[in-house]
Amino acid sequence: MCANILPTDITLASQNADPAKLAAFEARITRGEKIEPGDWMPAEYRKQLVRMISQHAHSEYVGMLPEGSWITRAPNLRQKLVLIAKVQDEGGHGQYLYHAAETLGATREEMIEALLNGRAKYSSIFNYPPLTWADMGMIGWLVDGAAIKNQTMLAHCSYGPYSRAMVRICAEESFHNKQGKEMIYRYALGTPKQKAMAQDALNRWWWPTLMMFGPHDSDSPNTPQLARWGIKTKSNDELRQEFVDETIAEAHLVGLTIPDPDLRYDEASGHWLIGKIDWDEFWRVVNGDGPCNKERLAARNKAHDDGQWVREALAAYAHKSKSAI
Amino acid sequence: MNSAALAAKLLALADDEYILGHRDAEWTGHAPILEEDIAFANIAQDEIGHAVLWYNALKDLNGDDPDRLVFFRESSGWRNAQFVELPKGDWAFTMVRQYLFDAAELVRLAETVNSAHRAVAEVSEKIRPEEMYHYRHTSNWVKRLGLGTEESHRRMQAALDSLWPRALQLFAPLPNEDELIAAGIFPAPDKLRAAWEGATRSWLTDSGLTIPTITASAADREQHTEHLAALLAEMQEVARLEPPDVKW
Repeated sequence: MCANILPTDITLASQNADPAKLAAFEARITRGEKIEPGDWMPAEYRKQLVRMISQHAHSEYVGMLPEGSWITRAPNLRQKLVLIAKVQDEGGHGQYLYHAAETLGATREEMIEALLNGRAKYSSIFNYPPLTWADMGMIGWLVDGAAIKNQTMLAHCSYGPYSRAMVRICAEESFHNKQGKEMIYRYALGTPKQKAMAQDALNRWWWPTLMMFGPHDSDSPNTPQLARWGIKTKSNDELRQEFVDETIAEAHLVGLTIPDPDLRYDEASGHWLIGKIDWDEFWRVVNGDGPCNKERLAARNKAHDDGQWVREALAAYAHKSKSAI
Repeated sequence: MNSAALAAKLLALADDEYILGHRDAEWTGHAPILEEDIAFANIAQDEIGHAVLWYNALKDLNGDDPDRLVFFRESSGWRNAQFVELPKGDWAFTMVRQYLFDAAELVRLAETVNSAHRAVAEVSEKIRPEEMYHYRHTSNWVKRLGLGTEESHRRMQAALDSLWPRALQLFAPLPNEDELIAAGIFPAPDKLRAAWEGATRSWLTDSGLTIPTITASAADREQHTEHLAALLAEMQEVARLEPPDVKW
């Protein structure tokens, strides 16, 4: 899964950078070259990437929790194995992304600390609770589907390690997405109880998923500079529209109803036009007041605290082994 | 060959792997370090995967559907050892249990790859390399935690005191198992127990741990703790929303 690109109040000032170096850097990006860890880069480029990549890593790590909580209840052997593998993939993505951020000078310890004390952000979607088994399918279909839109764009980004991480992660996310879609299609065409579960899950996840793409372009101050530096090559609204057009067609195919009374198809543009997104809810959840923000942070902190003695033992054993050599 | 005895043995093997895999999977997202979230989720998948292989062997023998066995069976019908159904406890408990189980698997698989029953030999062949990885992983953890800090040592010793006697249930003979032994399908449990103790006693001692003295005999596989019913109630909750023939 993936972090949305959250707007921040950081201004992307690059005025402190050496103008000649900056010009050469921007020329490389214009030529489509990848920036690699040892290369010169503006401090703000580094800062923005650390913010984005670590938020993305945190999203994977926190994202293990909502789906992980249903592993014990998966209704057959195949679904159980698939769900464990999926949540494991998310852990793997988190690990991979933490390493990508480390190439920019951030440490795992600093990043985890920022997550645990609530300073760092992660994708707000994980602050919504999965209430039924159908949510496992809906998360794969909608949430992973939305994440893939963002990640496919980031696979083309100018920073080499992030771009390569995205290529690898997108491949696995595509499996998650297909698997989620397979579940939802089966339930939408299944028993009345399964169909009701699928529709209920869609009703609850539709709007929070659309919020994953971040605020409208008119309210997203970072986008122009991030575009100039080849980090973000499509805008929030462009990605959201792509997702909406694809997903609505899929929902209609199996008789599911999109929970948006204002939804209409615009013949002229060939796009589905959605109703108004509740941005008050978006900011409430981003700023810590969503349904599960406290629970998620508490769970991460508990795992960290419960594991303290284990990490101390590992360090002590490593120290003893080293001394013995 | 006594096919009822073979079915009972396959069910016991499958149930052990399945319930342990279920408990292991409870760590996913909650492990002490991210790398162990990943590693332990892998071990959990392997164990459940092994269970599926044994359940399928059972299906070939008597037609029992694996999903129905897992998701629609009452606790009284399960034949796993109590050892695997106990709650996951702390990281020491989980690690000692997994280590003792992996060691038991390895000594048995070394014999059953040569089983006179083809399906048993084939499944063993598939499972064995994965169990070798598990053993490598968990035996290293046992050493690190046994010799790490005072606290990690204390927790490991407490886990071993609780788990060692219960692990012996893995080697308790099933009714009519002697017929399977005579037919060369499964090795004698007392032989396996000796090999298992040979491997684990020295490793645990080298890890600074003391093997507890056994006072009681191993429980029957028909006897369960209160934890199994609770595990099953949660595990079967979604499947039982619909009749067994409905696909999820």
